[in-house]
Order: sequence, then structure tokens, then C-alpha cells
Amino acid sequence: MSEQYVLETRNLVKEFKGFVAVDDVNLKIRKGDIHALIGPNGAGKTTVFNLLTKFLIPTRGQILYKGEDITSLKSAAIARKGVVRSFQISAVFPHMTALENIRVALQTAEGTSFSFWKSGNSLHKLNQRCMELLDAVGLAEFANTTTIELAYGRKRALELATTLAMEPEILLLDEPTQGMGSEDVDRVVELVRKAADGRTVLMVEHNLSVVSKLCDRITVLAQGAVLTEGDYAAVSADPRVREVYMGSEGSGERGTASSEEAEAAQ
Amino acid sequence: MNQPVNSADIHKAIVEQQAAQDRKKMMLNGVLLLLLLAAPFIIYPVFLMKILCFALFAVAFNLLFGFTGLLSFGHAAFLATGGYTTGYLLSNYSGLTTEVGIIAGTLTATALGVAFALLSIRRQGIYFAMVTLALAQLVFFFFVQSEFTHGEDGMHGIPRGELFGLINLEDNLNMYYFVLVVFIACYLLVQRIVSSPYGQILKAIKQNEPRAVSLGYNVDRYKVLAFVISAALAGLAGSMKSVVFQLASLNDAHWHMSGEVILMTLVGGMGTLLGPVVGATFVVNIEYQLSQGALRDWVDPILGGIFVLTVLAFRSGIVGELQKFVKKNLG
Repeated sequence: MSEQYVLETRNLVKEFKGFVAVDDVNLKIRKGDIHALIGPNGAGKTTVFNLLTKFLIPTRGQILYKGEDITSLKSAAIARKGVVRSFQISAVFPHMTALENIRVALQTAEGTSFSFWKSGNSLHKLNQRCMELLDAVGLAEFANTTTIELAYGRKRALELATTLAMEPEILLLDEPTQGMGSEDVDRVVELVRKAADGRTVLMVEHNLSVVSKLCDRITVLAQGAVLTEGDYAAVSADPRVREVYMGSEGSGERGTASSEEAEAAQ
Repeated sequence: MNQPVNSADIHKAIVEQQAAQDRKKMMLNGVLLLLLLAAPFIIYPVFLMKILCFALFAVAFNLLFGFTGLLSFGHAAFLATGGYTTGYLLSNYSGLTTEVGIIAGTLTATALGVAFALLSIRRQGIYFAMVTLALAQLVFFFFVQSEFTHGEDGMHGIPRGELFGLINLEDNLNMYYFVLVVFIACYLLVQRIVSSPYGQILKAIKQNEPRAVSLGYNVDRYKVLAFVISAALAGLAGSMKSVVFQLASLNDAHWHMSGEVILMTLVGGMGTLLGPVVGATFVVNIEYQLSQGALRDWVDPILGGIFVLTVLAFRSGIVGELQKFVKKNLG
């Protein structure tokens, strides 16, 4: 029964001093779904992400991955198991080339990442796979460009390619379209759709049109708790969902999520 | 500009470009090697050895600071531990040949490095610097209190002895070439580390640690290894220094020394291979020149001024600024 769910939380709670950021959240992410986590600013979406990948330690509750309790594992170990996340703020290695960025992800599986005596040329054999991954996100021509010089949308594409290089079983995307122009948004939607082929995706997203296009299932968080869950039609028809959105900032608006960033930065 | 058409071409171009860079690096290394081989016939060898010892110390420090992004404020502890251990062994056990004393000094500093690393590595930024400083102060007080270091007087008259029992190191030229060989070996080792598969991970950790974690790297382990290698090389620098000067003193253990190596690295250019070497040469020279003239009481303020100027105006240091200049003006 639990095989059906790739990732599951049971009564997940995160308390900061005097403040409950995540309140008794039970998530069930079905295998193969693109599952969205939405909600107004400060609803605790990013905090849930940080808990799932252990960048924050849950106060109470359990996290299960394919039925196995991973609550006590460390971030790096969770990533190696196949739960790989992206970040709200574009997470790249700015002073490495695009190709090197991806190669760092591929090196995880190489077993030579402690080999300080080996020549850097021993990594050339990974380059072809890097080029394939870059090509898949339309960045092949920028392989040798230092990442800091790439445009924002391209950095996000590179980040996605890096994440995919890990061959993750479940992909956690934290606002993949945040701060993007509409053309870039369409490109990312296509990339995510491609990436989701044969995988499970859990994404935090503010842009509801992206959610409506991509997602099979949606969980709405408000004030740290699950408000409702369902497909897009059901969720968008729910008067309570309208209320929390209208009550704070209006539906469809892409907020800056500054409060959550502050949380994440802690 | 012609955009290459497919990814195989792009990849080929990248590999060729890298090979060209490697060739340039080799050529630069060759020129420097020739200069260093000829230098003792023009400049007093003991002065050159001083520069090389400090350059090795700074290269070791830069592996951690410039390439891993960890600012240790306690590297004097490793320099002093290497120096005192080697000095003690060579002074008290006349049967030991010099290289055994040096290896023992290096290993002791390495062991101390493991202890420091395990205690400090989980701290970030300023807290990491403070923990390393505190630990280095403990080591300093240990050396102050210990009999064998002769406290404030220092350990004098350490015999240089004979390398492998064959080469007389009392001769300054012999000693110089021995120091040079050790220095070059360490420099090439660091160059290799930085470009190795492990070096890539260090780079990644330095540039974006949370991302490296999210890609499955247990970053603490990588940092510990970098710390230990850095401590080992710093210890080796201390061991060599005590043999060269036949002296191990509290100066080497004092937090001033930890500060000085930061200065050398910053002035020369952190995160570049040659930077710490240039920085050490620069600082040792300035100290020497000033101490000879009327400004001898002003050495510290002047070095402080240089430090401030570097941090405010020349962040990349001498080598870093030169690299930028060459890139901008010469293609």
C-alpha cells in the first residue's frame, strides 16, 4: 500500500520559538505524479521542503520514502537515495562552467570524489553525459561559459539539468519559475514536463497557471497546515482556497515570498 | 564568432582550451623553476629559504582558505608543532637523520590537524575562525609551559645534520636545494589537488555549500580532508624552517603568525596557486627591508596599512589583479 506513495509525511511538525511553521502535515506523494504545494506567503511551503530534505530538523513527525523511515537521515544521504531538491534562489556553482556544474552532480556516483591525487583529466569521461544533459535543456553552446555570466532563466535551466544528472527518483522543485519572464516560464514548464517523465515531482509554485498546466495533484497549505488537497479543478473551486488567497495577496500573483526566504536562510 | 554546431565540437574545443591552459601553466612553472635554481648564486640562500618556508606555509593555508573557503585563524599551531617536534628530535637523538625528524614533525602536525578539524569543521564562517583561534591558543600555552621548548628563550642550536646520512646540510647551498625540492613537490601536490576530482568538489562546496549537500555530498568530510592536508603541509613548512634556522621559537606559535599567513595569502591573491608564493615573498621582503632602515619601528603599522589597502582596493591580490589585467588586455 505504501509502495504507491513515493514520499509520505506523518504528522510532520516544525516549531520555531513560539511559532508553529508546519502544523501536523500529512502529505502523500503518489508515484509518477507532478504534485504541487501551493499556498499564500508564509504558509510553510519552503519549510516543508527543508524538512523533507533535512535542511531543517522536524520537531515531530515522520518522513517516509518508499515506505522506509528516513526521518533520521542527513541531507546528503537523502539526496543519494534519490530525493533531490532545487532551491528558491537559483542554486548553481557560480564560478564553474556550466559543464563543470553538471559534472559535480555526476561525480557523486563516480566514487573518486575524494581522490585528490588523481588528474582532473580523469573526469573527461563524464563530459559526454554532461553535454547530453546540457543539450536537453538547450544549454549546449554555453558548456564552457562561467555560470555567473548566464542569464537568470538559463541558470535555472542549468540547475534543473544538474538536478536531473543525479537521476533522482523524486524531484523537489522550489519555485522553478520564480522571477522569470513569460517566455522563460513556458520553457521551464516544458523542461519540468520532460523531466517528470518516469519520475515523481513535488513542486512549490506560486504561478497558478503553471500549476494548472503541469500538476496532477495539488496540496494547499495555509498557516502551516493542509487546507485541502485535490486536482486543479477541485482545489480552485474550493471557497476556502479562494479565501486564503484573496485574504492575503490575490490568486495568481507571484509573490516574493520574502518571509519564507528569511526562514530558509536561518 | 563562429558558433560550433554540435556538442561534440564544443566539447573538443573545451578540452583543447584546457590543454592549452595546462601548457601555459607548465611554461610558467618552468620559468619559475629556472629562476629558483639560479637564485642562490645571486641572493643569500638563507634569506631565500626563509621565503620558501613561508611560501610553503602560505600555499598550505591557501588550500584551505582560497580553495575550500574556510578561514582558519589557528594555522600557527601547525607551523610551531612541526618546528618544535623536529627541533626536539634532532636536538636530542643524534642518531636521527634530518629527513626522519622532518617527517616526524609533519606527522605530528597532521595528527593535530585531525583533532582541530574534528572539533571545528561543523562551525561556519566567523565561528570556525574563532574555534581554530581558541585551539591554537591552547597549543600556544602548552608550548609556553613546556620545558622542552625552553619557553621564551626558544629552542636553539638545532643541528641541520645530514640528509639521508649522506648530504651535509650545514652547507647553505645543499640546504637550499633540499628546501627547494620539498617546496616544489608540495606546490605541485597542491596544484594537482586543486585540479583533481576532489578539487572540483572543494570548489563546489566553496561556491555553494547547500547545493553541494543537496547533490549528495557529505561536505564535512571533504572539508576535514582539506583541513588535514593543509595542516600537514603547514607542519612541514615549520619543520623545514626549524632546520634551516636551527631555531624553533614561540613566535611561530603566536597568533600573530596565524594573522601573517592570512596577510600573505590575501596580498598575493587567495584562491590562486601562485598568489601565496608571491604574497610570502612580498611580506618577507618588506619586513626585511623595513627592519634594516629608519622605519624599523613601523613594520606592523605599514603591514597593517597594506592589509587594509588590499582588502579595500585589491581584493584579488597581486596575482589575482595581474590575471584580471592579462585577461582584459591580452585576450
